[in-house]
Amino acid sequence: MSDSKSSPNRWLARHIVSLPRSGIRDFFELVNAMDEVISLGIGEPDFVTPWKIREAAIYAIRRGHTTYTSNLGLLALRRAVCRYVEEHFGPAYDPERECIITVGVSEALDLILRAVLNPGDEVLYHEPCYVSYAPTITMTHAVAKPVVTCRENDFALDPRAVEEAITPKTRVLLLNFPNNPTGAGLTAAGKAAIAEVAIRHDLLVISDEIYEELSYGERSPSIASLPGMRERTVLLNGFSKAFAMTGFRIAYGCGPQDLIEAMMKIHQYSMLCASSIAQAAAIEALQNGAAEREEMRLEYHQRRNVIVKRLNDMGLDCFMPRGAFYVFPCIRGTGLSSLQFANRLLREQKVAVVPGTAFGACGEGFVRCAYATGMADIEVAMERIRDFIGALR
Amino acid sequence: MENAEQRKAILRLLRKNARIPVAEIAARLELTPEEVEQTIAGMERDRLILGYLAIVNEDAADDREVRAIIEVEVQPRRESGFDDTAAALSRFPEVRSVYLVSGRYDLRLEVVGTSLQDVAHFVASRLASQEGVKATATHFLLKKYKEAGVLFHEEEEHERLKVVP
Repeated sequence: MSDSKSSPNRWLARHIVSLPRSGIRDFFELVNAMDEVISLGIGEPDFVTPWKIREAAIYAIRRGHTTYTSNLGLLALRRAVCRYVEEHFGPAYDPERECIITVGVSEALDLILRAVLNPGDEVLYHEPCYVSYAPTITMTHAVAKPVVTCRENDFALDPRAVEEAITPKTRVLLLNFPNNPTGAGLTAAGKAAIAEVAIRHDLLVISDEIYEELSYGERSPSIASLPGMRERTVLLNGFSKAFAMTGFRIAYGCGPQDLIEAMMKIHQYSMLCASSIAQAAAIEALQNGAAEREEMRLEYHQRRNVIVKRLNDMGLDCFMPRGAFYVFPCIRGTGLSSLQFANRLLREQKVAVVPGTAFGACGEGFVRCAYATGMADIEVAMERIRDFIGALR
Repeated sequence: MENAEQRKAILRLLRKNARIPVAEIAARLELTPEEVEQTIAGMERDRLILGYLAIVNEDAADDREVRAIIEVEVQPRRESGFDDTAAALSRFPEVRSVYLVSGRYDLRLEVVGTSLQDVAHFVASRLASQEGVKATATHFLLKKYKEAGVLFHEEEEHERLKVVP
């Protein structure tokens, strides 16, 4: 019996029912059911959390530092975060009032969106992008408006495209560079041009910089550091990628006091605080984790060089990404759609890549290969992809 | 890439895995295989790289070696300090490594043999009797946990998702 009157579905909210189920869910399930797959589909570091960070978490437990912390997070961690942000990529923030510790960047993003959006407001974000952006916006009853980025621009965001998408209802511009899934980054000039548009149209900028420390080659300061931007930007970053701490679920947001205060209100009623143990580990990461962070970054950087060369050598056009641990080769030449390519590659060669369409419709014709996997596996995966393409021709 | 920078980058990779293929080094560092070959040859010629060794798990090897760390106290000499004695001890093939160290004793040796008796005999008859050697202390190695940065126990496998968006 599951007619509409007796089904539990009758209690579900309309905007949740209409939330699209991820189109590649079936593909993920197929991958998970198969053995001996080499997966280039994993968007998390393959490194184990550095031992000193794990050890700091154990020590926190041993000392009994296992209680609630301030809603904003331990002041010692906020101080360390603000010092780190200022030294490495962002503006100076006041640890007492302009920084909040969250359960992953995902929570921080949810908090700031809920804090600033009214039903019907429009949020601009760029596609291809991380899978949670549009649903998180939709869950605030606001409207998610994608701006397409393309191969011709190395998937950097074109300020003119942003400008064209702006309507009187546009309130927020959500950025994610270095980008998941493309690995694209913004140049200093690109950031300045986008900042100019944001200021002219009085937009709040939410900058998800979770991959910032995994930048290769020239780096430029956060968009929050540009003139006129600090007061209209909320900078989000965390420990998952740079310090290989995904399971700790620990991140932070920095921004103007009133916005952080509003985020804190939601956070205190929903999450209360981030895990005290994870916070202790995060302090250790910032204070003593630089060598390990740099070692991992260098390894990703070299893997990127290898994988981009291999893909281009086998005829899959692939631009040189500026950061993160993803490459986004074009597979149009094979005559297959992204999903067909990923499905057949999985079945015929047991290599998992993620169809570009998982990250937005404009990802059609591309697949995401993550190089957060050991070099030996990457080499085998590249051989298998070459064989796969060879068999298609 | 500058030559010094190239050497440093290649050395970093070889220190982690001396058997890394030249093609992989080249791809990682965006160099040609020829450049990599030349740089490695240059480091060998300049005796910056002296050799390449395997890290062996003795527990799994058929011909198990007995190894010992020997602390050696040395009477330094007026002209050469510790060098003459260290050089003399270094010449024994049983002596795998020799370091001059700070602290309670002077030289730290690693000695290999086929049995406990074999090593003990070597220490008593050859090392302790050397001119300049004042005293020795022998520590037999019982178990290896880590060598040259390599762990001898596998880190426990943990469940990792196969696809993460």
